[in-house]
Amino acid sequence: MFSNFDYGVIERNWHYLFFDGMAFTLRLTLLAMTGGVVFGTLLAMMRLSSIKPLAWIAGAYVNVLRSIPLVLVIFWFYFLVPYIGAWVLHSNTPVRVGAFASSLLTFAMFEACYYCEIMRAGIQSIPRGQVAAGYAMGLNYWQTMGHIVLPQAFRNMVPILLTQTIILYQDVSLVYVLSITDFVGAASKVADRDGRLVEMYTFVALIYFVSCFALSMLVRKLQARIAVVR
Amino acid sequence: MIEITDVSKWYGTFQVLTQCSTHVGKGEVVVVCGPSGSGKSTLIKCVNGLEPFQKGEIRVDGISVSDAKTDLPKLRARIGMVFQNFELFPHMTVMQNLTLAQIKVLGRKQEAAHAKGIALLDRVGLKSQADKHPGNLSGGQQQRVAIARALCMDPIAMLFDEPTSALDPEMINEVLDVMVQLAQEGMTMMCVTHEMGFARRVAHRVIFMDEGSIVEDATKDDFFGKPRSERAQQFLSKILHH
Repeated sequence: MFSNFDYGVIERNWHYLFFDGMAFTLRLTLLAMTGGVVFGTLLAMMRLSSIKPLAWIAGAYVNVLRSIPLVLVIFWFYFLVPYIGAWVLHSNTPVRVGAFASSLLTFAMFEACYYCEIMRAGIQSIPRGQVAAGYAMGLNYWQTMGHIVLPQAFRNMVPILLTQTIILYQDVSLVYVLSITDFVGAASKVADRDGRLVEMYTFVALIYFVSCFALSMLVRKLQARIAVVR
Repeated sequence: MIEITDVSKWYGTFQVLTQCSTHVGKGEVVVVCGPSGSGKSTLIKCVNGLEPFQKGEIRVDGISVSDAKTDLPKLRARIGMVFQNFELFPHMTVMQNLTLAQIKVLGRKQEAAHAKGIALLDRVGLKSQADKHPGNLSGGQQQRVAIARALCMDPIAMLFDEPTSALDPEMINEVLDVMVQLAQEGMTMMCVTHEMGFARRVAHRVIFMDEGSIVEDATKDDFFGKPRSERAQQFLSKILHH
């Protein structure tokens, strides 16, 4: 099966594959992770809020978005955002939003649902007494959250947050529906042009496997270290 | 200093506090005791608004705790509180624990807060532990740090919620010594504790609670000499005779 493999196609195109494709994938992953964690943490705080409407809105947001396939969200969002933007800005023509901005926003908002549930568990893992101690010293809600609860919650949840980020890293390949050139997109372009589909897709799978496996090993190591610190 | 008037509190339909009234004068040390589940911890947490209550009023230095217009964080910053489980912040060093609220709430400069922290650590005998994390200290040391942390805010009164209940027996005295010293210096204190030796040494008054009510509110000598209620007599005979 591998006898008529043309390994040269990888060698000839590696610069394009990694510096165009993979660079985009990593950039989108890291930016979407940052946005997703920040937004997800705010959602988690809302879900745990004693103000019922806030908790309800955040809960509805998370549950709705989690029940829709990601591909659909990416697609819809891409076509809807220009019109939403126009509506918000009272403009008559759709606002031009680049494919990158659109996909970044989509991933950040979609992944926020999952990061929200992780951070919610993290916040709930902090003993109530810690919050009471913060309040007793005169700290307000935001100070107690920012200095006492969230740093500890975040630390407890780092392994799971990273595991979710590995999933995000794989999900980013779905941007192909917007014809954006991520790692998979770059490989498929080369594959189509050179007629080397098997080589390219095998190579892509291999790279994904190696990088994800290495990352999850790293997470496991980190988990052990955090356990010792506590 | 602390005036508690007819305070009642319910969890759903279950009444945890029934018309509790008492007061703690300036410089007075009041010990609150009673069997577990009698509402004494709940009552002390009502004093700085950590627990809401449905009826009655609590005033600290003349300011109502339950009034919606009261700036609760500002009031809490003036009342020190020490918890059963210490509640030091494990992700910070001892010194960061001591300076956090000084900087964020009182607006002190880093150097001033640090100096204050060192002075109070010295006072509880833990000056050398400033850069450690709480997890590396013994329970008794952690609780002394917690007391120092509360004192950093220059409180007008201190609340103690069973400060020695989570400690190994050999560490109880190091914490009580700090509390005795504090009492002798004239700090206004309200202490939920089972340490009757502490009550005998420094308390001015003892409050005995049972099933959410204040059953006995007497001077120390009256309480230990001849408690009026049968329930308090039983309680005393149980905890003093072994």
